[in-house]
Amino acid sequence: MNRLPRRRAVSIGLAVAALVALPAFAQVDFTGEWAPLYHEDGPERLPGPELGDYTELPINGAARMAADTYDADRISVVPEYQCRPHGGDYSMRGLGNLRVWREIDQASEKLVAIHTHLLAWDSERTIWMDGRPHPPDYAPHTWQGFSTGVWDGNMLTITTTHFKTNYIRRNGVPRSDKAVLTEHWTRHGDYLTVVTVIEDPVYLTEPLVRSDNWYLDPGQNIGVFGCEYAPEVPRPEGTVPNHLPGQNPYLKEFADWYGLPFEATRGGAETMYPEYQKKIAGEYHPPEKCQRYCKCTSLFDCNVTSK
Amino acid sequence: MMTDMRLMVARGLLGAIVFSGAVCFAQPAQINPDNVQLTMAPVQGSVYVLMGDGGNITVQVGKDGVALVDTGFAPLAPKAIGEIRKISNGPIRWIVNTHVHTDHTGGNAQMAKLGMTHESVGPPRIVAQSNVLNRMSGAQPGNQPKIPEEAWPNDEYFLPTKDFFFNGEAVVVYHVPNAHTDGDSIVFFRRSDVLSTGDVFTPGSYPIIDLSRGGSVEGEINALNKIIDITVPAKYQEGGTMVIPGHGRLCDEADVVEYRNMLTIIRDRFRDMIKKGMTLEQVKAAKATADYDTQYGSTTGFWTTDMFVEAVYKSLSGKT
Repeated sequence: MNRLPRRRAVSIGLAVAALVALPAFAQVDFTGEWAPLYHEDGPERLPGPELGDYTELPINGAARMAADTYDADRISVVPEYQCRPHGGDYSMRGLGNLRVWREIDQASEKLVAIHTHLLAWDSERTIWMDGRPHPPDYAPHTWQGFSTGVWDGNMLTITTTHFKTNYIRRNGVPRSDKAVLTEHWTRHGDYLTVVTVIEDPVYLTEPLVRSDNWYLDPGQNIGVFGCEYAPEVPRPEGTVPNHLPGQNPYLKEFADWYGLPFEATRGGAETMYPEYQKKIAGEYHPPEKCQRYCKCTSLFDCNVTSK
Repeated sequence: MMTDMRLMVARGLLGAIVFSGAVCFAQPAQINPDNVQLTMAPVQGSVYVLMGDGGNITVQVGKDGVALVDTGFAPLAPKAIGEIRKISNGPIRWIVNTHVHTDHTGGNAQMAKLGMTHESVGPPRIVAQSNVLNRMSGAQPGNQPKIPEEAWPNDEYFLPTKDFFFNGEAVVVYHVPNAHTDGDSIVFFRRSDVLSTGDVFTPGSYPIIDLSRGGSVEGEINALNKIIDITVPAKYQEGGTMVIPGHGRLCDEADVVEYRNMLTIIRDRFRDMIKKGMTLEQVKAAKATADYDTQYGSTTGFWTTDMFVEAVYKSLSGKT
């Protein structure tokens, strides 16, 4: 029997090994340091949303009432709110840089999990890729929730449950602990696009779909966030700042500043779709000159007086 | 694992048995243990929680034996003991009742009896605030039969706290006055860092303010603030002290904060409406809890949103 030359045999062996290994690495690798891009919804994400701005949110009446009665003093007066992180749905959207790394089982070379670390509140998340189920109903809920991922071609689809109650928008619009987040991660070269879909039977009438973008920044150094609560305003224990229903004086500011009809700022599924523009035709009177957040591309130029 | 819907239905059915004075203790026979799934879940340290129909049962195990917080419904006691025996063969030496309702005390007598082993030197101590003993040993509402003495607390306390040391850790029982009832206790396992709250904290529904048994909104808020005082979260408001509610999933301080906020805000609104002279009917019509009803409210079952609104109004206005 002819024997293959040793060099050729080694080459074939390597090629076979490479082919065998391919299925495990056929998907996109998201590993790396990612810096956020804020061209979408910059003013909402960087300095934070205006009070009373519920635009683009398919909220129900309960969410609207919760936001209307929200008093932003709560985040300083309630000590337990001072170091409360963003929820896993919001943290990908909020201020902060992202690190992604993979956990590989060395024995099988299979992908066990994808881990993420975000600057804001040092939030870390594990996206389990090993097919494990989500925890039972009685399991504790966390800020980042419990995530599992599956590949859909080169797109990573992540499902997250077991969130703690948090916010959909940082002006008091709530998101319940019953919400389910679906994410679709897609990489285009050095850019990462994450499309998020939030379904919340408590506060939303339709899924809320948003997207965020990141670019690869290998030189990025994510610092330690650090947070320690410190009572700053003497108040009786258990004080929870809130506006009584119908008595929040700030709700119409947003509509006035941007020349929008008040009803259009109140959110709800109807206001999200193009048809709604016809409904409010003639009622939208934009300011002659931009007054607020006129330039908003990064943390350094996005402030209320920037022109 | 129970789905939320199954849990709601079960709580509705069983709650009716617990809460209605007219049927209290009369109908536990309706509960078929064969149809009830009990789940034992580790919490942390030496503490587990036994979940299923009825109230959560906190189980602490170690070299000294077993301590329980609450005992569930009477018909489920043998099944609950079976679950406990999967994690410890030690004798049940301590039982703490967080309050008087039968979904938390119904198993007292059977658990005390079935929990004894050759290592037992006598029946377990059954600890409760003295108002629990008063209510269990006295005449029962409606035509309910007298509760057998072996089910009564035999180690009642009337000071703000009671403590004991068991399985290598301090166990501190705090009385939280006039909250869910007038005999509520919360139980802190100090080394394990687990707090068992009874029904002053039920994250899946509005709190049950049992006015007829001394409950009040202000007491309930004070109790929730007490829980927040005791609990210490780990990094960024998560984990640390774990909280076992009277019903529902495992929680930590942040979950209690959301619940306390909800009740405090509702209290503030009702106070304002009462100050303006609004009647109960006007308050109901104002739908002052609408932002929380989709999370905590119910239109069916034994504790509806209407009943909660009525209890809050009566508690704050003093009108019955």
